[in-house]
This record gives sequence, structure tokens and C-alpha cells, in this order.
Amino acid sequence: MSDVEIKTLTMNFGPQHPAAHGVLRLVVEMDGEIVERCDPHIGLLHRGTEKLIEYKSYLQAVPYFDRLDYVSPMCQEHAFALAVEKLLGITAPERGQYIRVLFSEITRILNHLLNVTTFAMDTGALTPPLWGFEQRELLMEYYEQVSGSRMHAAYFRPGGVHQDLPDGMLDSMDGWIKQFIPVLKDIEKLLNDNRIFRQRTVDIGVVSAEQALDWGFSGPLIRASGIPWDLRKSQPYDVYDRMDFDIPLGKTGDCFARYLVRIEEMYQSVRIMEQCIVALRKVGGPVRVDDRKLSPPRRGEMKGSMEALIHHFKLYTEGYKVPAGETYTAVEAPKGEFGVYLVSDGTNKPYRCKIRAPGFPHLQALEMMTKGHQLADMSANIGSLDIVFGEIDR
Amino acid sequence: MSADLVQFFTVNWLGQAILMVAQCLAVTVPLLVAVAYMTYVDRKIWAAIQLRRGPNVVGPFGLLQPFADGLKLVLKETIVPSSANGVLFIIAPMIAFMTALVAWAVVPFDNGWVIADINVGILYLFAISSLGVYGIIIAGWASNSKYAFLGALRSAAQMVSYEVSIGFVLITVLLCVGSLNLSDVVLAQSGGFWHWFFLPLLPMFVIFFVSALAETNRTPFDLPMSEAELVAGFHTEYSAMTFGLFFLGEYANMILLSALGAILFLGGWMSPIPYAPFTYVPGVVWFALKIAFLLFVFSWTKGTLPRYRYDQLMRLGWKVFLPVSLGWVVLTAAVLQFGGWVPKP
Repeated sequence: MSDVEIKTLTMNFGPQHPAAHGVLRLVVEMDGEIVERCDPHIGLLHRGTEKLIEYKSYLQAVPYFDRLDYVSPMCQEHAFALAVEKLLGITAPERGQYIRVLFSEITRILNHLLNVTTFAMDTGALTPPLWGFEQRELLMEYYEQVSGSRMHAAYFRPGGVHQDLPDGMLDSMDGWIKQFIPVLKDIEKLLNDNRIFRQRTVDIGVVSAEQALDWGFSGPLIRASGIPWDLRKSQPYDVYDRMDFDIPLGKTGDCFARYLVRIEEMYQSVRIMEQCIVALRKVGGPVRVDDRKLSPPRRGEMKGSMEALIHHFKLYTEGYKVPAGETYTAVEAPKGEFGVYLVSDGTNKPYRCKIRAPGFPHLQALEMMTKGHQLADMSANIGSLDIVFGEIDR
Repeated sequence: MSADLVQFFTVNWLGQAILMVAQCLAVTVPLLVAVAYMTYVDRKIWAAIQLRRGPNVVGPFGLLQPFADGLKLVLKETIVPSSANGVLFIIAPMIAFMTALVAWAVVPFDNGWVIADINVGILYLFAISSLGVYGIIIAGWASNSKYAFLGALRSAAQMVSYEVSIGFVLITVLLCVGSLNLSDVVLAQSGGFWHWFFLPLLPMFVIFFVSALAETNRTPFDLPMSEAELVAGFHTEYSAMTFGLFFLGEYANMILLSALGAILFLGGWMSPIPYAPFTYVPGVVWFALKIAFLLFVFSWTKGTLPRYRYDQLMRLGWKVFLPVSLGWVVLTAAVLQFGGWVPKP
């Protein structure tokens, strides 16, 4: 009797799977419905971003950052822009900084709306994504208005942002905020006190504060485990130090806490947006550094000025040289700490650009969170980790 | 002449056969149309909940969408995976679809409008709905796919567990009626909606409806086809009309259980108010309205609720519904016995 061996069921979860959030491939070993081991296999979306950036001028590298985590593009541009600014020793003008903070928070709402609602979909609720996506569409219209693109904006540039906000956008954003709060409350009403949703998320994938530190968590995940760590507060960049907002904290570190933290972060992002809108009504001036060696001249100027034409030509062919040096610059991206380790050798191209994507350490912890849980909990865990493969595979 | 005709259809074997086929067609054709439009209405309700429009392109208001879908499914190639057991793979959807249809033989649409007015109608329905699980199990096994296999296992466990509580619900109703004939069940509720069983047996009605959700694998019990885990569950490997049969079978089952709910608890074809203007409406219309109401609740649930986990579903079935329904059976029996309301056979 004793030599009866029960074989576990090995199953491929993805890369073609409705709950894999992109191209996640998990090799799952299951004992009945219990997950014994789940082994993430990554690399299916590897595009060699870091290497490609080494062959591009600093400005040409910006669009690659949109394509890392493609649901929160501008926050990643922000990290790169700040890193280059640090090496160049410049700071963006005040108005440019407010615009960057405003759009960083719009990006955070974009990201959290997608994550929270698709997380609900992973637990089986099919309605929240549709409600959330309508709001995302409205926000992406702001993206389009400032940059011409709904997703891959390339709007934050080293030295500021590409161009000023169009007329009337701030009023339009006020209107958006007014109608967004009820929608967010509706989504909460549908999920927060829903018994089934609670049963599916409470005490699932519990990560203690210690584990969160060990596994290199950041962003909403570490805050859901009760550690008040937010780069916007601890190492404020741009005008975050002038913003009044709170860091939501979770107590339990389970899927439900992560969900609640993200929901609350959306309310806080709205608060920051409101403050930025008020500030932007007062603060005028340029939106990017007024240095023709770094930022291109206006088109009208080029029609009449030979120097402007030469500057434009040089900036868009050769780019600008960045003094030799290195920096690690991180921002609080919606998913966590997004860092850029940039090494310059004094030429117009980065010598090395290492990207620290928050999703990477989060995905590593999936097995720790899921082991011993049921298969359905694995889906919930993946949803609560907020994984996007663009940034993990780079 | 008419006497000859009557004799032809009642005595002559050919006449009887023709009559039987005609009766079957009279039930199945409207039923299949109802199934087709159930998919449409389901999608429309779901869309309204999600602030979308739903199908609105094919035909006016998208009314021809079900036919476009059906045509697509018929014309596509039926793919049998190379490692699948071909015969069982094809048979499984047929079983699922057939069991969903044959159950309708005993459903009374109006007073006397029933194909087989047998005295064990409830028992027959119960037997047929238990057979339905075979289609799913065979499909999951014959596909030779791990997702399908897990889906089938879940589905089998789920349908078996919830059948138990549905069984007790049926027992309470038949205790009150004193007959297993579905027409008798309806007639026992005659005389206005305050005589319908959903009032005295309200907890059982709730249990019946929730179990019906589980029995038809609908949200929040759609684990067998939960896309977040098992892609499409037991019909992951199915395509074209083999998938179509599962799909139609699922919707036919939903309509069947709604019909059963209407018969057992909402007075079947009876008008809610047994007075003049309401009684002019044909019974079959009342019956259809009651089914439509229950189906709406099906769609509504689908748009609102997340999905249970496997063990939570089992816990609900065995630790909540089973004791409650069992207790209610005992309670009902006691009340009937000591209140002197035992129905005369």
C-alpha cells in the first residue's frame, strides 16, 4: 500500500490563457485543485529594450519606455526623463513639472482602473471591467490631446514635456473628476461588500510585511502589507513635495487589501489631480527647458531663424551629448518602484540603461503566494499582483 | 369525416405517429427559437448592465444575431483533436443537447397542453437532468485535455451536489401537492398568486433558484467553464456545431429549470389574479412571462456576481443548502401532518 504514488497533474497555464494577463506562462503542478508548484516562465515578450536603448539617442529612447508597461506609459517616461535630467544637471520648469505630476496621476488611475477591474474579472465578475474601461477611454483622450497618441504618448521628455496643454483641458478635467467619483463608488459598491468577492480575496495570497521586504515588493503591494513606503513621499520628485495626499495602507497583505489599496490610491490620485489643476491655472511659463542645445525650437521660429533650424537639425539627428556619469533614478510608478539605472559615457547615446521593473520581483513571489492555494486562487493572485509583461520581459 | 379523423389519429398507428411527431415539433421548434433568442436577450441584458449596446448590427436591433451565430457555427469545421477519442467526443454534445430537450416532454404549458402527462413527471425530470452530467463528463474525458478534464470533474461534482438539494426542494413541493404529476402541481396552486407555493415555501424557492444556477453552470457557479482558470472548461476543445450543441443545451437547460421554477413555485400557467381581465390571457402566455422573469434573474446574476471557488461552492451545497432543505422537508411534513393539511390523493 505504501508505495502507491500519486502523480501530480502538470499543467501549462498560458501563454495563451484568458487569465494570464498577457504572455505569462506558468507550469503548474497540481494535486487535485491544490497548486503544489507554479513556475513562471518569462521571456515571451522580450524585445531587447535595454540593448536597443544603447543604440538610440536620449530622445529616441523615450518611446521605448511607453512600451514597457503599456498600461502606465507616462510614469516610465517620467523615470527616464528624470534620470537624464539628473545627468544633464537641469530641472524642468515649474509648469512642466506640474503637468508631469498631473499626467503621472492620470496614468496611475489608468493603471489601477485596469488592474482593479480585471482583477474582479479574474474572480469572475464581468461587469467592472466594462465600467472601468469607459473611464479609461476618457482619460486616454487626454493623452491623445496632449501627445496625439492614446497610449504610447512619448510626452514626457528630458527637460519637461513636449508641449503645453491645449486650451480648455483643465476645465474638461474638472468635469471628468466630477463624474468619475460616482463611477468609482459604483465599482466599490459592486465589489467591496460582495460576499463572493470577499470569499475569493480575503486571506488569499497573504504576504506579511517581512515577506514583502524579502521579495522586493514595492508600490501598492508593499503598502497592502502594511509598510508605508511611497517614493512620492519619501523621495519626492518634481512637485510631489507640494502635493497634499495620503498613502493608503493595508493591514492584512491579502488580495483584498491590495484591491482596497489600489481603490484608495485612485481617490488620492484624484486629489493630486485637483491640486495640479488649481496650480496649473496660476503657474504660467514654459513647459520645457529653454535651452536650444537640449530642447528643440518652436516650428514658427525655424521658419525665420537659421540658428533655430540648425538646432532643430542637430537635435533630431545627433541628439545631445550627456556628460559622463551614472544615476539610479526611480519613480513611484502605479505598479511600484520603477527605476532607471543610466550610465552615460559622454556621448549622445546611453552607455547602459538598466530598467528596474516593479513587476519582475512581484512575479517571483507568485509561487510563494500561491503554494497550497487552489487553482482559482492562483488567478486571483495573478490579478492582484498587477502583472504586465511588457515591463517584466522588457 | 371529423369522427374518421379523430379515429385516424387515436387508433391508427400511422395517425398516432404523425400526431406524436407533430406534438414534438410543436414543442421543440418554439423551444429552439426561444433558446436562440435567449442568447440574444441574455447578451442584451448583460450589455445593459455593463453600459454597452450589445448585439445591434445584424438585422433591426440586432434581432438576427442568433441566426448569424447559428449559421456561423454550422458552417465552421468541426475539429476533433488528434488525441481525442473521436466517437465519444462527438457523442458527448449530442447527449448534452438531447437530455436538455427530452425533459420538455412532461412540462405542461397550459391546462392539458403537455406531451406526456405521466404521473411521475417530477421524477422523470429529475432523472433526465441527472443524465445531463454524462454529456459533460464524457466531453471532458474524451477531449484528452487537462483543462477540459478538470472542468468536467468540477462540473460533475457540482451538478451532483446541487441535485441533492434540488431533490429535497422537489420533495417539499410534492408533499404539499400529493402528486408527482406536474399538471397536478400547477392545479394545486390555483386561485391567485397568494396560493402559489413561493410564499409558504419561500426559502425553498430561493434554494431552488440558486441550485438551478449551479445546475446549469451559470454565474456565480460557472466554475466548469471559468475562463480565469480553465479557459472554457469541459468544452475547451470543442468547435463549430459540437460546441453549438453544448451552448444550446446549456440555454435549453436554463429555460427548463426556469419553467420548472415557474411550475413548482409560481403557479405554472395560472394567472396571478384569478379574475376577469387577467383570465382572458391564455395560460401559455402567463407561463412564458414567468419563465422570462426567472431567465431575467439568471442574466442579472451573471452581470453582477463574481465566481465561487470550488471548495466554497461545495461548502455552500453540502453544508448550507443540504441541511436547510432537509430541515424544511421535515418542517413541511410536520406542519402538513399536524395541521391536518395532508393532500388527499
